[in-house]
Amino acid sequence: MSSTPTAHVESVDFVMLYIVGISVVLLLGITATMIYFVFKYNRKKGHQPVDIHGNFWLELIWIAIPTVLVLSMFYFGYTSFREIRDIPANAFKVKVEAMMWKFTFKYENGKQTDTLYVPINTPVHLEMTSMDVNHAFFIPAFRIKEDVIHNKVNNLYFKPEKLGKYDVACAEYCGLKHSMMYTAVKVLPKQEFDNWYAVKTNAVPNVSEVK
Amino acid sequence: MANGNTVAENFYHQSTNKHKGILSWLLTVDHKRIGLMYLISVLTFFVVGIIIGLLMRLELIAPGKQLMEAQTYNSLFTLHGVIMIFLFIIPGLPAVFGNFFLPIQIGARDVAFPRLNLLSWYVYVVGAILALVSLFLPGGPIDTGWTFYVPYSVRSTTNVSLAIFAAFILGFSSILTGINFVTTTHRLRAPGMSFFKMPLFVWATYATAWIQIIATPVVGITILLVMIERAFGVGIFDPALGGDPILFQHLFWIYSHPAVYIMILPAMGVVSEIIPTFSRRTIFGYRAIAMSSLAIAFVGYLVWAHHMFTSGMSDTARWIFSLLTFIVALPSGVKVFNWVATMYKGSIDPKPPFLWVMNFIFLFSIGGLTGLVLGSLATDIHVHDTYFVVAHFHYVMFGGTGTIFFAALHYWFPKMFGRMYNDKLARIAVALYFIGFNMLYFPKFILGYMGMPRRYYDYLPQFEPLQRISTVGSWILAGTIFLIIGYLFHALVKGKKATSNPWGGVTLEWHIPSPPPLENFKEIPTVTHEPYDFSQLKEMKNE
Repeated sequence: MSSTPTAHVESVDFVMLYIVGISVVLLLGITATMIYFVFKYNRKKGHQPVDIHGNFWLELIWIAIPTVLVLSMFYFGYTSFREIRDIPANAFKVKVEAMMWKFTFKYENGKQTDTLYVPINTPVHLEMTSMDVNHAFFIPAFRIKEDVIHNKVNNLYFKPEKLGKYDVACAEYCGLKHSMMYTAVKVLPKQEFDNWYAVKTNAVPNVSEVK
Repeated sequence: MANGNTVAENFYHQSTNKHKGILSWLLTVDHKRIGLMYLISVLTFFVVGIIIGLLMRLELIAPGKQLMEAQTYNSLFTLHGVIMIFLFIIPGLPAVFGNFFLPIQIGARDVAFPRLNLLSWYVYVVGAILALVSLFLPGGPIDTGWTFYVPYSVRSTTNVSLAIFAAFILGFSSILTGINFVTTTHRLRAPGMSFFKMPLFVWATYATAWIQIIATPVVGITILLVMIERAFGVGIFDPALGGDPILFQHLFWIYSHPAVYIMILPAMGVVSEIIPTFSRRTIFGYRAIAMSSLAIAFVGYLVWAHHMFTSGMSDTARWIFSLLTFIVALPSGVKVFNWVATMYKGSIDPKPPFLWVMNFIFLFSIGGLTGLVLGSLATDIHVHDTYFVVAHFHYVMFGGTGTIFFAALHYWFPKMFGRMYNDKLARIAVALYFIGFNMLYFPKFILGYMGMPRRYYDYLPQFEPLQRISTVGSWILAGTIFLIIGYLFHALVKGKKATSNPWGGVTLEWHIPSPPPLENFKEIPTVTHEPYDFSQLKEMKNE
C-alpha cells in the first residue's frame, strides 16, 4: 500500500515544497540584505551617502532570474495538474449531487449513499452537479477540489492507493450550514467493495478495517 | 485645529468659503481638507472593520458555538470584507494621502476639479450610509460574502440589493477621484516637472487612477445586473432562471482583480518616497520602478480568472491564466529589489516611518511569494478557498497596504498636522504590530494547507490549536492599532511643533510650511532637480 492516499498528493506536495523553498530563500535574502544595509550604512557611522541612479545589468538580472524561476514553478504546477485532468475512460463513475447542505452519491447500478465508497487502486471519476447554489467538493487528504454548480457538470478524478476514511468538505460558501457540509470518502479493499456493491440495498458496508 | 494657539497662515485657518466651523469644512474645496475628511471617515470604518474582525476571531477561538449563531457569523465576515475593501483599503491611500500630497508633490495649488473632489467625498459618505442602513432594515445584514457570488446572492433573503447598491455608489466615488488625479497629473504639473521628474508616489497614484477609471464601471454594471435579476427575476446569472453563474464570476473579477492593484500600487508609491528620504540618497532604478507600476496596472487586467481555477473553466483558460499570473509577479519583484538597493551606500536613519517600511517589505514579500503557490495550478486546486488564501490576501492587503497606511501616517503626520508624535511609542508600536500580525495570520497558511476551508463558522477539532494562536494574535494586533491611534491623537494636541522638514525630505511638500498654507505655494515653484536629489538639502536650509 502506498504511503500517501494518492500518487497525486506526492506531486502536489513536491510543487508546494519547490515554491516554498525558493520563496524562503528569497525572503530571507531580501530581509537579511535590508537589515545588513541598515546597520552598515547607518547615519550614526557618518558615511557620505552615494547617489547611485541604477544599474542596467542588475535590473536585467533581477528580471531574468525570477522569470526563469516563476516559469519553472508554472511548469511543475501545470504538469502536476495534468495528472488529475486526463481521466481514463474506464474509470469507476459516480454522480455527485450537492444541495444545501449535503452531498449525495449515485452509483451506476442505482445505489445511492451519503458517504462516498470507492475501491482501492481503481481510478474514480466524479461527475458533479448542484441542485441549488454553488458548492465545492474538497478532499484535503487528496489535495483536490472542484466547484459544484447548478446546470453544469464538473469533473473530479482520483485514484486512491491507501485504505481509510478521508474528510470531504464544501469549500465554496453556500449559506447557513456551509461549515457543517462535511462528508467522507471511504476507500475499501477491492473484494469488500465488490461485495457491498453487489447487494442492491443502500446499507453501509460492514468493514472492520475502515474506521 | 492642530495649531490652534498660533496665528499661523495654514489651511486650518484659511477657508475656501465664507463659512466658519464645521460648514467651512463640509463645503470646502481645498484638497487638503478633503483629504483629512477622508482620513476621518476611512479611519472610522477601519475601526468598525477591526471590531468585527475581533468578534469573528473570538467566535473561532474554539470549535462549536462561542458567542453567536452561524447566521450572525456569516453576516460578520461579509461586512468585514465589504467595509475593509470598499470603505477602507480602496479609498485609504489614494483618497487620503493622494488627495493631500499629489497636488503638492507636482507643485499645484489644488486638484484639477476641486468641486468634483468634494462631490466624490459626499458620494463616498452616501455609499457608506446606504451600507449601514442595509444592516438595520428588515431582512437583516447581507450574508453572501464580499464576492456576492450568484446564485446565492440572488436567493439570499437578506438585504443584498441595498448593500450591493452601496458598493455601486462607492464605485462612483472611486471613478471621480481617478478622473481628478489623471487630469491633475497631466495638466497641473509645475514648470520643469516632466513626467520623469515626478515623485514615485505620483507615478503610482497616477497608474492607480487609470485602473479606477477603467475597471470600476465593470463591477458597477455587474452589480446592476444582479439587482435586476433579484428584482425582476431576469435570468442573467442564476442557472435556475437560465443564467450563467460563471459569467458573474468573470465579470466580478475583471474588476476585483485590478482592484487589488488599486489597493497596493499607492502603497508601493509611498515606499518609494520613504526609503530615499531616510537613506538620504536618490532612489535606485527610478524608471524601473515607475514603469513597473504601469506594467502592473496593465498586466493586472489579464489575470482575473486565477480566482476561478476550480470553477470548471476549460483547461486552456486555466493554464493561460496561471502563466499570466506568474508574469504579473515580476514587476512587483523589480520594485522590492530596487527598494533594497536604494538602501545601499545610503545614510540610513531608521526613524519610525522607515521601520514601518521595513515591516512592509517583510510582510508584503510573504504575501507576494505565497501568491506564487496560488498561481501554480496544482497547489491552487488544493488551497483554493481555504485559510491559505485568507492568510495570503491579509499579508498582501493588510501587511502591504495596511502597513503602509501607518507608514504614510507616520511619515506625513508632521506635515499634515504640524506636530510631532512620540518617537519611542512609535517604535514600540512597530514591534508589537509585527508580532501581532504574524501571530494572527501566519497560522492560517498552515491551517489552509491542512484543509481548513474559509468562511467556516465552525471547524474540526484538529484545527483548534492554530485557531487559538490566531485569536490571541488578533488581540495584540488590535491593541497595537488602538495604541497608535491613541498616541497620534495625543500628538495632535500635545505634540511638539513640527518644523517644515523634520525628516530631511526633498520632494516639494518638504519645501513648504507644516501645515501647508491654503493653495500650498506662495509662488508656483520651477522644478530643476530630480525628485530625490538630496544635494538640495543645503539650499533648503536657507529657504
